[in-house]
Amino acid sequence: MNTMAAESIGIPSVDPTELSGWLIVVEGPDGVGRTTHIDLLRAYLERQGYAVAETGFTRSDLASRGIRRAKQGNTLGSNAFNLFYATDFADRLERQIVPALRSGFVMLTDRYIYSLIARAIVRGADPDWIRNVYGFSLKPDAVFYLRLDVRELARRVIDSSRGFDYWESGMDLPMGEDLYESFMNYQTRVIEELDRLSRDFGFHTIDATRDVEDISGELCAGVARVLEAGRASGNGRVSTP
Amino acid sequence: MSSGGTYGMNRRPYAGQLFIVEGIDGSGKSTQLTLLAQWLRSEGYPVVFSEWNSSPIVRATTSRGKKRNLLTPLTFSLIHATDFSDRVEREIVPSLKAGAIVLADRYVYTAFARDVVRGVNPRWVRSLYRFAPVPTRAFYFRVPLEVALRRILAGRPKLKWYEAGMDIGLHSDILESYRLFQSRILTEYETQVQEFGLDVMDATRPVEVQQRELRAAIRPHLPERAEGALAR
Repeated sequence: MNTMAAESIGIPSVDPTELSGWLIVVEGPDGVGRTTHIDLLRAYLERQGYAVAETGFTRSDLASRGIRRAKQGNTLGSNAFNLFYATDFADRLERQIVPALRSGFVMLTDRYIYSLIARAIVRGADPDWIRNVYGFSLKPDAVFYLRLDVRELARRVIDSSRGFDYWESGMDLPMGEDLYESFMNYQTRVIEELDRLSRDFGFHTIDATRDVEDISGELCAGVARVLEAGRASGNGRVSTP
Repeated sequence: MSSGGTYGMNRRPYAGQLFIVEGIDGSGKSTQLTLLAQWLRSEGYPVVFSEWNSSPIVRATTSRGKKRNLLTPLTFSLIHATDFSDRVEREIVPSLKAGAIVLADRYVYTAFARDVVRGVNPRWVRSLYRFAPVPTRAFYFRVPLEVALRRILAGRPKLKWYEAGMDIGLHSDILESYRLFQSRILTEYETQVQEFGLDVMDATRPVEVQQRELRAAIRPHLPERAEGALAR
């Protein structure tokens, strides 16, 4: 992959040296168990005495309703969706993540720009362009990537009896004759893109096929090591997606 | 390192033509575009009108952000890019492919001017809009600040928060803020004239004189027989 690093531009009128907290990202495909692991991680960190805050996709004050409405009708252009997600992300970055980091919190983020970049690329966005769009983002202190292959992912969807989700199966594209086929093709492509981003950005990959306790133990120990290494200096915040 | 991709890349030839007008509030550009549309329709051309900030789905979020003062320079920039992108995908490009004459009141240059005045990185915002088709001709209606201000302030007493640039704290008085904001936008437009080869129109002249010039400028780009425009 010869995608060049995007230019980092920072957030207008934010001084990164003031951000003394930690930005910890948990990445991974839909259904891998991110919510469970973030709950366990949060409890673990709070027992250690850290102040913890959380954010995740489409939880912005500004854009969450609009995105929900647009998803119901599938009436927004595909590239406009990419930018709508970027708007949601920017709002959360400025109004949730930055204030938490300024106050010295550990900010746990359920997916970050990487999943957004992956879903955009799978839907045909130019990889250089979408990385550039996120040139304003902050560089996380660490990214933990809960990795599963697509067969295991499909098995979990069936076990959970919640069924295949329209968007998580890429049915807006679609990529197969039915939900299952499209899910397999779509998630295969998303995982490929996440794997590529993992190599480019040095994620800590965690094998998510194991028991919840084993995965959580590895995740908590990994985050503890990052926190023990000390608070980030301002220069470490410059991001190049 | 920058990846180099920026606005201006999308020069795909379409069956139709795209003409856009730009300028500060009170430059008279919307009047000129409306007159142009009437003329083109009377000549039998299929005309599609596209307005800034008009995607039905995105607009609800934009007005929510404006009403509650939720928008920062960054999210202001991104939500307008979202709106524009939706219109490009669902309105502008399909109409151009169908051979229509697409007329846009404001285009990417509005974003480049406003967002940069708000402190957004100029290279970043140009890269953000790289998917936008480059217009056949882009007309910039140049007018001195005082003339535009007189036109606007004579007829419309109530200025809105973001329209006056109150969000970036130029001045505590909304009228003063609006003046300062418009003058900075004017400066940003002027830098774009060279950068993007905008056609400068002297917007201090009588409406009908400008309209004649505008029609003469686009006539060479029109298909010879209007009736055939859609069928081909």
